[in-house]
Amino acid sequence: MSDHLHLWLIPLLPLAGAFINGLFGRRFSNRVVSAIALASTAASFGLAAWTAMQFAHMPASDIPYHRDYAPWIIAGGFQADFGVYLDQLSLVMILVVTGVGFLIHVYSVGYMAHEGGYYRFFSYLNLFMFFMLTLVLASSYLLMFVGWEGVGLASYLLIGFYFHKDSAANAGKKAFIVNRIGDFGFLIGMFLLIQKFGTLNYDYVFSHVANMPLEGHSAGFLTAVALLLMVGACGKSAQLPLYVWLPDAMEGPTPVSALIHAATMVTAGVYMVARSNAIFSRAPLALTVVAVVGLATAFFAATIGMAQNDIKRVLAYSTISQLGYMFLACGVAAYSAAIFHLMTHAFFKALLFLSAGSVIHALSGEQDMRHMGGLRKKIPWTFAVMTVGTFAIAGTPYLAGFYSKDDILWKAYSTPFYGHWSLWLVGVLTAGITAFYMFRLWFMTFFGESRVPEHVDEHGHDEHGHGGHVHESPWVMLAPLVILAALSIIGGYLGVPEILAKATPTIGGPDAIHHFLAPAVGSEPEEHALPPKAESAAALATAEHAQEAEHKMEMMLTGASVAAALIGFLLAWLLYWQRTDLPEKITSQIGGVYRLVRDKYRIDELYGHLFVKPLVENISTNLLWKQIDVGTIDTLVNDAAAGAQELSRRTRRMQSGNIRSYAGWVALGAAAVVAFMVWMGMQ
Amino acid sequence: MVPLSYYLVLSAVLFCLGVAGFLIKRNVITIFMSIELMLNAVNLTFVAFSAQLHKLSAQVFVFFVMVVAAAEAAVGLAIIIAIFRSRQTLNVDKVDLLKL
Repeated sequence: MSDHLHLWLIPLLPLAGAFINGLFGRRFSNRVVSAIALASTAASFGLAAWTAMQFAHMPASDIPYHRDYAPWIIAGGFQADFGVYLDQLSLVMILVVTGVGFLIHVYSVGYMAHEGGYYRFFSYLNLFMFFMLTLVLASSYLLMFVGWEGVGLASYLLIGFYFHKDSAANAGKKAFIVNRIGDFGFLIGMFLLIQKFGTLNYDYVFSHVANMPLEGHSAGFLTAVALLLMVGACGKSAQLPLYVWLPDAMEGPTPVSALIHAATMVTAGVYMVARSNAIFSRAPLALTVVAVVGLATAFFAATIGMAQNDIKRVLAYSTISQLGYMFLACGVAAYSAAIFHLMTHAFFKALLFLSAGSVIHALSGEQDMRHMGGLRKKIPWTFAVMTVGTFAIAGTPYLAGFYSKDDILWKAYSTPFYGHWSLWLVGVLTAGITAFYMFRLWFMTFFGESRVPEHVDEHGHDEHGHGGHVHESPWVMLAPLVILAALSIIGGYLGVPEILAKATPTIGGPDAIHHFLAPAVGSEPEEHALPPKAESAAALATAEHAQEAEHKMEMMLTGASVAAALIGFLLAWLLYWQRTDLPEKITSQIGGVYRLVRDKYRIDELYGHLFVKPLVENISTNLLWKQIDVGTIDTLVNDAAAGAQELSRRTRRMQSGNIRSYAGWVALGAAAVVAFMVWMGMQ
Repeated sequence: MVPLSYYLVLSAVLFCLGVAGFLIKRNVITIFMSIELMLNAVNLTFVAFSAQLHKLSAQVFVFFVMVVAAAEAAVGLAIIIAIFRSRQTLNVDKVDLLKL
């Protein structure tokens, strides 16, 4: 055993930073606060990178590396420990979380420089890092749940960072409450596991699940657990029908949107499903549900993204849509494809959000794309990195998004048993829509005539201290953007499919990330379905032939998705560059549909009518408040007080002040005692 | 020898007289004397039983009661004098400032 991996330090360093800044930050200067926050996160990232290097030398028998540091809960036969669990999956996750997290910390130093509550922001951000790392490093579902709830708390605190704004405070509450619904499912799933296995440790649960038969009672059990875990994942990762909190979460500062609501926290659900692959892979029905939910979310959110005008909202719906892709990958049992997309998405979505933040920063808080335009020359660096991000997410060959998204689409088509051409078709359609709305954002923001309102261009920006006009962000913000842009390019080379290995550069050969993750997320079904060993030369030839046909098919599908992205690009180019009058005409042509999409299908209103209003009016207002609180509890208390008052009003007559009447009471009492004693004696 | 019941009846009669005086009389000094009467009725019971049962401890109690009664008389008379000085009366019905 290699006991020298001090994994516990990885989450605890940011926690220490959060504590120091949270308790004493008010007295520190901004410089000290950022030094503490950055140092703790950088140390954490350094440790994660060092761990990765150690990991490479670990013998395969030591993986997964599992270590319990201290017992946490011991109740009857149930025990939960503070423990870490390191395998290929959690290694990728800690690298992404600490790496992207550190870059976003650096960016925040510039972005938040002129905001109030600087120390509070960094304290929360570090707290988030702690919980997120706990989530991915935990050795049991219970400890994962601690991190799970903790990131929810950090998310709530950071969404409501501008708490003096009502909308921000409400968005924080909404995120918290909607997540609660998902957590309910997660909890019930854990209870089922405890009932069955008496423990929540990954080791025990996964090894026993693997031996459970696939029919009868245990199949029902596995499906139920998988579906309940999926409910939890839906809440955290903003999938249908619990996605409603994520767009509102954009009320938080932009670095928060990038770190929590795009790159890391919302991918916790994907991580959880991938981590539970032993359970999901043995519950085909649940996997189908995961795939359908993911695909439906991807398509649904992408369509909403087409009609949004707030730059951050477009990115928020894009995030929901991309998370849908990850669930689609999980749903066809291609977990490593999901994690691959999770990683590349973390790079390019963090990049996009931070660039959007840079644009907003340049325009002193303007988020409406209708008031942007022509920014290409004014903020060239931001334009350059945002271009990389946009092309990456749209699925342009040689950029990261292309490889990971295509991987998912190919698996959705080709995975035996789970894959289906209809999944692929909707996926490609969504890819086209993604390209369209991302290029729409790109054209509207950076090209054409400037629609920046005069007051922003000339004056404004007083609270940021430096004078007027549109300006490029400082280097402390641009440097992380450049690094993320580089990652958005090379990140994809980790998972280049075999058919493209000759045409593009790769890191570690074709499908490197899939080979790396394979031990952790189980063998993909492809390996189950390997053609039976060819015995004769003819059979060998057939197998080769089949493989060749498959490669051809893969090439064709890849071509189709590139074509879809190209069509999306051309459409956006046509509508928002060539003929800028067209969008107006089209939207007025299809007015009703357009308004429906622009209003996000009025899902919020639907939920408001279906759930929120009845709950608030009937249960909360009428039952809990008027009947139980006012009607029962208050009445009881008031009646008791009134009764005591009435009783004393009557009995105070005894206190006459007349000594002889007191003496009479004493004599009466004495007589009563004597009478009692006589009576007792007679018994 | 006088039977025990005689002493007990006498003691009960004296005690009841004391209680009656305590309840009926208005003059503080008379009330005070009624209390003394009750104490001495109890003392009489003590010594009667002491003689009957050949136990000395009851007589020790009597001495204690007498000591307490003497102390009470000293304090009580001082209070009575103080009351008389401030209100020029010894009628307890007039001393009722503590009522509600």
